[in-house]
Amino acid sequence: MSAKPFLKIDHVDKVFPLGGGKEYVALRDVKLDIRQNEIVSIIGHSGCGKSTILNLIAGLDTISNGTILLEDKHILSPGPERAVVFQNHSLLPWLSVYQNIEMAVRKVLGEDLSPSEIREHVMKYISMVNLDHAKDKYPGEISGGMKQRVGIARALSIQPKVLLMDEPFGALDSLTRANLQDHLMRIQMQTGNTVIIITHDVDEAVLLSDRVVMMTNGPEATIGEILEVNLPRPRNRLELQHNPEYLRCREAIIEFLYSKFAKEDE
Amino acid sequence: MISKYINPVLLPLLLLGVIIAIWSYIAVLIPGFPTPGEVWNELLIVLSDPLYDNGAGDQGIALQLGNSLARVFGGFALAIAVGVPMGLLIGMSKNAYAAMNPYIQILKPVSPLAWLPLALFVFKEVNTTAIFVIFVTSIWPIIINTALGVRSVSEDYLNVARVLQLSPFEKVFQIILPVAVPFIFTGMRLSLGIAWLVIVAAEMLTGGVGIGFWIWDEYNNLNYSHIIIGIILIGVIGYILDALMGLIADFFDYRKRGLK
Ligand SMILES: Nc1ncnc2c1ncn2[C@@H]1O[C@H](COP(=O)(O)OP(=O)(O)OP(=O)(O)O)[C@@H](O)[C@H]1O
Ligand SMILES: [Mg+2]
Repeated sequence: MSAKPFLKIDHVDKVFPLGGGKEYVALRDVKLDIRQNEIVSIIGHSGCGKSTILNLIAGLDTISNGTILLEDKHILSPGPERAVVFQNHSLLPWLSVYQNIEMAVRKVLGEDLSPSEIREHVMKYISMVNLDHAKDKYPGEISGGMKQRVGIARALSIQPKVLLMDEPFGALDSLTRANLQDHLMRIQMQTGNTVIIITHDVDEAVLLSDRVVMMTNGPEATIGEILEVNLPRPRNRLELQHNPEYLRCREAIIEFLYSKFAKEDE
Repeated sequence: MISKYINPVLLPLLLLGVIIAIWSYIAVLIPGFPTPGEVWNELLIVLSDPLYDNGAGDQGIALQLGNSLARVFGGFALAIAVGVPMGLLIGMSKNAYAAMNPYIQILKPVSPLAWLPLALFVFKEVNTTAIFVIFVTSIWPIIINTALGVRSVSEDYLNVARVLQLSPFEKVFQIILPVAVPFIFTGMRLSLGIAWLVIVAAEMLTGGVGIGFWIWDEYNNLNYSHIIIGIILIGVIGYILDALMGLIADFFDYRKRGLK
């Protein structure tokens, strides 16, 4: 464990003005240090502010109080070193799979690469998510799981320092979901990306993460507990099913979500 | 099976029979009203020499229509050149919207013909006046639909642009226009339809040359057959214009290229 945090979320508040002078304090005093190459998942009940944290890290929303530092640099606006995989993939429907990725690569790395290098680079990331056969298809012509893989490939292709994923597999069926989780773990082992992933799913959190960040309910939501998942990689979902460490982590999260911070309303 | 092919041909033909019957009856009721046969014969004559030019006020039907079309396309092109950038601006900037929206709302319901005397006073020339009137006709639907298109760009696409740090210029061309273009074409199609309606009235007022003037002139010549011919030709050309715009609009609409 390196001493200096890679990404430092330091006493961050997020207050939404509601109009009429009222406001909603979504996040209060969030503190989290994330190490390089780590996969951290954020789990919590709906509306607790998971997306809000991610948007703050992405720079898509502004911090009310506190600071977020990436390699000691303040995060003030969005940038390609913090790539986002959106829940609804947000591929541009008028561009093919290849063009969607190419557009990002051209913009972010274009100055350093020749046209043939760009082509090679784009194809490398298309291959990484096993979509060579679909490279000329349009988003409207491929399945939800494939779209999400393109979204991941696009995010990785710009070689971000941090990969931010907001419930990337939330809209998918459980088989496709499992498949994409395996893709993500394999790719992360290859590339060594730092990944922050938001999820609702307890098994997904344990399977993917080095640490699971559990959030209390809003308003004034904050980090309740942080769970270390001490499972070796590569991880195999079948072998993990009866692994005591896996079961311990699962139980800890369920205990947190449904006993300590159960949500009464809804 | 057969009826599937026959109906679109047979039914309009049947109705044409009914229309001709009623028309003939009206021609009997109103002395001097041209009969279908007279109009048909006149139509053949008019179309047989569409390009003759005996100087001002006496030109073939194609020249009349060509003049009207040229004015429509002139004003329409100007309206696109001004309206699309304005629509982009209004769609992208809340301040621009706040500044311009009241004027758009007030000017939009004004009949373009109300501008005609003022334009005539300013330009002192028929052709420019007609083009200006068409410009005023066409610009509102183009501005409004362009702005609507810009505002329909999903927040997600804009977030992609922000993460990639696209410049405003790149954002317009790579994210906003692909979404907005189908809306812009909807506005253009509406504009062109209204412009074609308005040009006839405008030319009746300005005189000179053009299909609107031609119809009015034939009224003064008591040549009612030609008025009916004018109506039919205006309708046919309006239909063709609309169909063409529809084809062009579909061509630029990514959703209609077999994609979703
Ligand atoms: N722009 C906004 N204005 C006002 N309140 C907001 C705004 N965005 C989010 N909130 C509020 O902040 C809280 C946290 O929202 P957030 O979207 O981060 O939740 P979440 O944990 O991602 O929920 P979910 O799991 O359903 O996606 C919610 O109560 C939400 O209503
Ligand atoms: Mg959310």
